[in-house]
Amino acid sequence: MKLTVQDLNSHYGPAHILFDIGFEVGEGEVVALLGRNGAGKSTTFRSIVGLVAQRSGRIMFEGKDVSARPTHEIVRDGLGYVPEERRIFTDLTVEENLEVGRQPKRPNAPHWTRDKLFSLFPNLGEMKNRPGGRMSGGEQQMLTIARTLMGNPSLVLLDEPSEGLSPKIVEQMVDAILTMKKEGVSIVVSEQNLHFARLISDRAYIIERGRICFGGTMAELDARPDIRDAHLSL
Amino acid sequence: MAFYVVQFLTGLASAASLFLVASGLSIIFGVTRIVNFAHGAFYMIGAYVAFTLTERLSGAFGFWGAIVIAAFAVALIGVLVEMVLLRRIYHAPELFQLLATFGLTLMVEDLVVLIWGPDDLVGRRAPGFKGAIDFFGQNIPSYDLFLIVLGPVVLGILWLLFQRTRWGVLVRAATQDRDMVAALGVNQKWLFTSVFAVGVFLAALGGALQIPRDAVHHAMDLRIIVEVFVVVVIGGLGSIIGAFVAAVLVSELNAFGILIFPKISIILVFLVMAAVLIVRPWGLFGRPEAPARKTPGLTVNPWRPLTSNERLAALAALVIAATLPLFAGNYALTVGSEIAISVIFAVSLHFLMSVGGLASFGHAAYFGLGAYGVAFLAKMAGLPMIVCLLLGPLLGCMGAAVFGFFAVQLSGVYFAMLTLAFAQIVWSIAFQWVSVTGGDNGILGVWPSSWAASPSHFYWLSLGVAALVTIALRAMVFSPFGYALRATRDSLLRSEAVGINAKRIQWTAFVIAGTTAGIGGALFAYLKGSVFPDNLGISLSVDALVMVLLGGVETVSGAVIGAIVYKALNIWLVSQTDLSKLVLGGFIVLIVVVFPKGIVGMLEMLAHRRGKTSPPGSPLLAKPIESAE
Repeated sequence: MKLTVQDLNSHYGPAHILFDIGFEVGEGEVVALLGRNGAGKSTTFRSIVGLVAQRSGRIMFEGKDVSARPTHEIVRDGLGYVPEERRIFTDLTVEENLEVGRQPKRPNAPHWTRDKLFSLFPNLGEMKNRPGGRMSGGEQQMLTIARTLMGNPSLVLLDEPSEGLSPKIVEQMVDAILTMKKEGVSIVVSEQNLHFARLISDRAYIIERGRICFGGTMAELDARPDIRDAHLSL
Repeated sequence: MAFYVVQFLTGLASAASLFLVASGLSIIFGVTRIVNFAHGAFYMIGAYVAFTLTERLSGAFGFWGAIVIAAFAVALIGVLVEMVLLRRIYHAPELFQLLATFGLTLMVEDLVVLIWGPDDLVGRRAPGFKGAIDFFGQNIPSYDLFLIVLGPVVLGILWLLFQRTRWGVLVRAATQDRDMVAALGVNQKWLFTSVFAVGVFLAALGGALQIPRDAVHHAMDLRIIVEVFVVVVIGGLGSIIGAFVAAVLVSELNAFGILIFPKISIILVFLVMAAVLIVRPWGLFGRPEAPARKTPGLTVNPWRPLTSNERLAALAALVIAATLPLFAGNYALTVGSEIAISVIFAVSLHFLMSVGGLASFGHAAYFGLGAYGVAFLAKMAGLPMIVCLLLGPLLGCMGAAVFGFFAVQLSGVYFAMLTLAFAQIVWSIAFQWVSVTGGDNGILGVWPSSWAASPSHFYWLSLGVAALVTIALRAMVFSPFGYALRATRDSLLRSEAVGINAKRIQWTAFVIAGTTAGIGGALFAYLKGSVFPDNLGISLSVDALVMVLLGGVETVSGAVIGAIVYKALNIWLVSQTDLSKLVLGGFIVLIVVVFPKGIVGMLEMLAHRRGKTSPPGSPLLAKPIESAE
């Protein structure tokens, strides 16, 4: 397994957010983490990369337990994270944003260069010197993914990449994610949008109120409309 | 005309060092969010180390080499400080960071006297820049011209460093979003350390370059840090261009202010700063910061009025304290009076800081103003003691009304820096305006009337006033005004959304706190029989902060305990050692690092722990709470 999460519990202050979360991602697989607003998708991702201070459980990445390690070390091991809020450095230009994400080449992961990313996201190539703060939401979403890919990750946690984007940009996003998959990047994508998830994912987990309540292939999910309707707002 | 040009150039030359120090402070703040109070201390160490090295190394190469080596050596000290001390407190509230670095400053002040002695040291002139250039009959030191060129050169180098290197890109990214930089695989620790090193290097270089212009002495740290605070408040914290422009502005105001108001030249700088703050509270080149999202009250024990048993206990303690004159001698009673006055001072700051969430670093200004108020009334108007005691604190009240109006426009570290700058301005006026305040000689012969003259009577008076003040402020905490004030502390936006005029509430709290401090100062003037500029100095402001922290900043009445323990300890310490600043500074650092909840906070936590199994973490000390989901 590329990534195995077991018994993950997280807290914000006194509030218990995640309850015994567990899921797996295979090599080169695209796995969707589906759930409504507030279900705990982002907290799951933030916990995996160590951005939530109060967490317990086992997080095995490429066979090593990374749950006690600081964020930057986890990321340097090849576990990339694309936050939901995008968190573009608004004062920095597109090229400078990419520079922040740059990490050395990794033997077991595809190598991304600026030019390769500009061909993946042609819009970015046309605005290399534009400050991040003066880009549209869709362009920022592309930049935040490209920035994480500059770290040559072997697995990417992609938090709601389709949120708030126009249908045309969503199409581009689907293409980009499929290209990443073809290059060999394993992906966990959190989504509320089942249609989007179906276009890219091999398997799916459903998270509700901090608990995993379903896990299976997309076909298995389609066979259970009751689960789909109970836990996902369409 | 030539004279004014020369004056202008002198101002520009002074701006160079000021810019170096201020830009260092700005860079460090941008990334680490720490306002490094010890920046002045690094500046001073830079000057001292450069002095020693320039004495040892000969020739032009030796001199310039010594300057650079000194800056690097001090940067290394800075790295040590960052790794040993600051890394432990990055997640502590701003106030604790300011205090820890202030404690460091106190320690350094004693250490440099230990190493280099108390006398002013006059260093070598810079080789190649020893002479002066004649400008229409006026002399301009050629070293000044060197500094005038150096400022923009350093600005250019910094610009290149930040725009053209990977390190610079990472620093700018971290200035905006530290966690995201970590989430992209960058080790924040080393980024912070390197940034701190660069900032300290700039401060030390600024200090080292002052040798040919000025004597090196052990008070240069406070002088520069106040000017630097003014510069970054005007220029905008975090902006290097802003630091440059504001450094030039402040230096020119100083250079020309001395011609216009020779006695109180600092007034001019103050007026400009006030004007900038009204128009752009975040400084000329800064940017407004989004109000910090705080979630206090999440785990803190809610405040409640005393139960009737606790009231009886407090009353009993007061009665016991009142029996002191029955068995104690005059010295003990004088110490007792001083402690009671400290309680007044501490609870007044506590009201502003813990209840209002406004940590003033210049609270002594209002204490001292109260003392000067009494001295003016008693000595110049010859009024009786009771009238002086009632009217004297009004000077503190007026000072708080004027300065408070500007100060509450800001919050957090800006508020702290501004209050510090205000206090320093009041101190400068008291120090410089000799004809009115007596300057360094102070105002002597402020003696109490016969009814309060005996130590026991004065002790009872101080104790009574301290008790009244404490009760009044405590009652205010649980009054509608107190609720409104606490609402503005917990969430400015939400409090305004429910119709509270936050600025007015905070201003009122500032005035109440200032007036109360003035009452303490008024009593203090009578206790000592004299008033000196030190009564409104920075060290007194910090005493108050330490008293509040020692008692526990999150408690309702910890300041009382903190004041008693701290003052008693302080009086004892001063009688025991010459290195009181070193010990005190170490003590402050210790409190911040290992004892951040204070005495009463600790006791409350222990009591709470007995009741519940899981002790609540302090929201003040917890990491900023991440947004849920």
